[in-house]
Amino acid sequence: MEIVMSVAIGLLFMAAVYLMLSKSLIRIIIGTGLLSHGAHLLLLTMGGLGGTAPPVVADGVTVSDYADPLPQALILTAIVISFAVTSFFLVLAYRAYQELGTDNMELLRGTEDYE
Amino acid sequence: MSNLALFPVVIPLIFAAILMLFPKKLHMQRIVAIAGVVATLASALVLFSKVNSDGVQAVTLGSWPAPFGISMVSDMFSVLLVLSSTIVTLFVLFYSIPTIGVKREQSFYYPAVLFLMTGVNGAFTTGDIFNLFVFIEVLLMASYALIVHGGEKPQLRESIKYLLVNIISSALFVSAVAYLYSVTGTLNMADLAVKIPQIEAVGILTVIAVLFLVVFGFKAAIFPLYFWLPGSYFAPPMAILALFGALLTKVGVYAIMRTYTLFFTMNTGFTHELLAIIAILTILAGCVGALAYFDVKKIIIYNIIIAVGVILFGISQMNAAGVEGSIFYLIHDMLIKAALFLLVGILTVIFGTSDLRKMGGLIKSYPFFGWTFLVAAFGLAGIPPLSGFPGKLLIVQGGFEGTHFWGSLVILATSLLVLLSVVRIFIYAFWGEPVKIVTIDRKHYLSMFVPTAILVALTVFLGAGAELFMPFISDAGEVLLNPSLYIDAVLKE
Repeated sequence: MEIVMSVAIGLLFMAAVYLMLSKSLIRIIIGTGLLSHGAHLLLLTMGGLGGTAPPVVADGVTVSDYADPLPQALILTAIVISFAVTSFFLVLAYRAYQELGTDNMELLRGTEDYE
Repeated sequence: MSNLALFPVVIPLIFAAILMLFPKKLHMQRIVAIAGVVATLASALVLFSKVNSDGVQAVTLGSWPAPFGISMVSDMFSVLLVLSSTIVTLFVLFYSIPTIGVKREQSFYYPAVLFLMTGVNGAFTTGDIFNLFVFIEVLLMASYALIVHGGEKPQLRESIKYLLVNIISSALFVSAVAYLYSVTGTLNMADLAVKIPQIEAVGILTVIAVLFLVVFGFKAAIFPLYFWLPGSYFAPPMAILALFGALLTKVGVYAIMRTYTLFFTMNTGFTHELLAIIAILTILAGCVGALAYFDVKKIIIYNIIIAVGVILFGISQMNAAGVEGSIFYLIHDMLIKAALFLLVGILTVIFGTSDLRKMGGLIKSYPFFGWTFLVAAFGLAGIPPLSGFPGKLLIVQGGFEGTHFWGSLVILATSLLVLLSVVRIFIYAFWGEPVKIVTIDRKHYLSMFVPTAILVALTVFLGAGAELFMPFISDAGEVLLNPSLYIDAVLKE
């Protein structure tokens, strides 16, 4: 299972890099979304996908049966953060498009006001 | 166990939340914001005296025993940084009142500054590597808001790039944390420091250490990851720039210093060697930039990069002199960078431009301002007895005691280039034929100049009274060099 997840994470990272290298701002934002999904899945996988019981004390369950609860807590935090950042980025992109009249990164180089 | 370590983090958070309730009431905004920073400063001072008398303070949230709960740890190093970042924020706030503009003040400027402070102080205090990520995100979120605040065209353009770079480095941070967790099974820094020496797979840990160096290097603007910094920092107004220059990169530097002294010490022959080489390259790259531009903002921005290199070189030596020098220089650099940005800000207001070639002859109309600038410039370059000197002296000494004497030579040589880059501003702006300047009334000028001058005076005091501060600095260095002090304080609680 870990192998399958690793391949999926790799594909996500690959797609993210491809999208972030494009000129269009909206593609870049989708790329950052995929990048953080990849990172979150990596976090989950790195905790180990084993464990058959929820990490709650119960009859007949030993510590070795528990699924690791920590990566899930970490991912929850990371998802909230990346959600907030992505929505901020979308608003910023829209505002920048309104003000600057373009979403093409080639035209956003910005070297005219200093040498 | 006392909750004192949390106060410098929680107080600005509460004040920022209060400030968001009445964004349009200008006077209330100013008063409450300054009250918030003063309260934070007071709590930081109390914390400082507590750490000084009782040693490292550790709090575990929710009273979960470490390493299961999230630890907040305040040792001398972190409390000194909390203290200096709070002082810098206070003076930048005083400076922003006359310069930032009513429109910005009424659109959540002060809450954003206080949220930034929450993130910065939290990142300095936390004892958990994932919590460090969370606090860095808090300060980044506030910095996104500040960098685009006002919505001018260059700001929008540059903040897109700033945002993108930081999102990528955050994703790398999460990945690095994931790898670290899978190898060690813990994220508490003290617990990591216990577990990492027991792990035999040094190779994979070295990879993780380098990955963390990349992550923090993005924030700290080390070579070759500093490419985003000159453009992004150029866009926002001067008060925000001063805040960023003094605080944001320093969080990255702090994170490198903490992780590379506390637990990534299993393969110093590779990691710290790499750090030393990168530090020297950072200095050289910064010098090229600082000398290449005729724009006062750019010159000081590139000086941030140089300072990052100097500090990291000191820490890479891992000996008492180098580490203490780094700590001293870090504190000095926070204060002096803020002061220089504010001084340059006044300069651009007076001339109406930031281009050096359009300036000249200011010494006749503003003599006192000119001499203050010269003192700050000498302080930056490290001319004794000003504040840059003791830190740089110790770092250079650390390099000679260690194996990197060539690095010390580079630092000594580049000090002259740093001096040249800032004295060039002095020569162009204050000497020569007077050019037409914008007339600003005396009261407005003083409201900008007084906080700046006090900040410069503080750096002079830090340098001239170095003997007074050295006990605290060596205390801080002691904890960095003996991780057992830190570990015991957290795990024996």
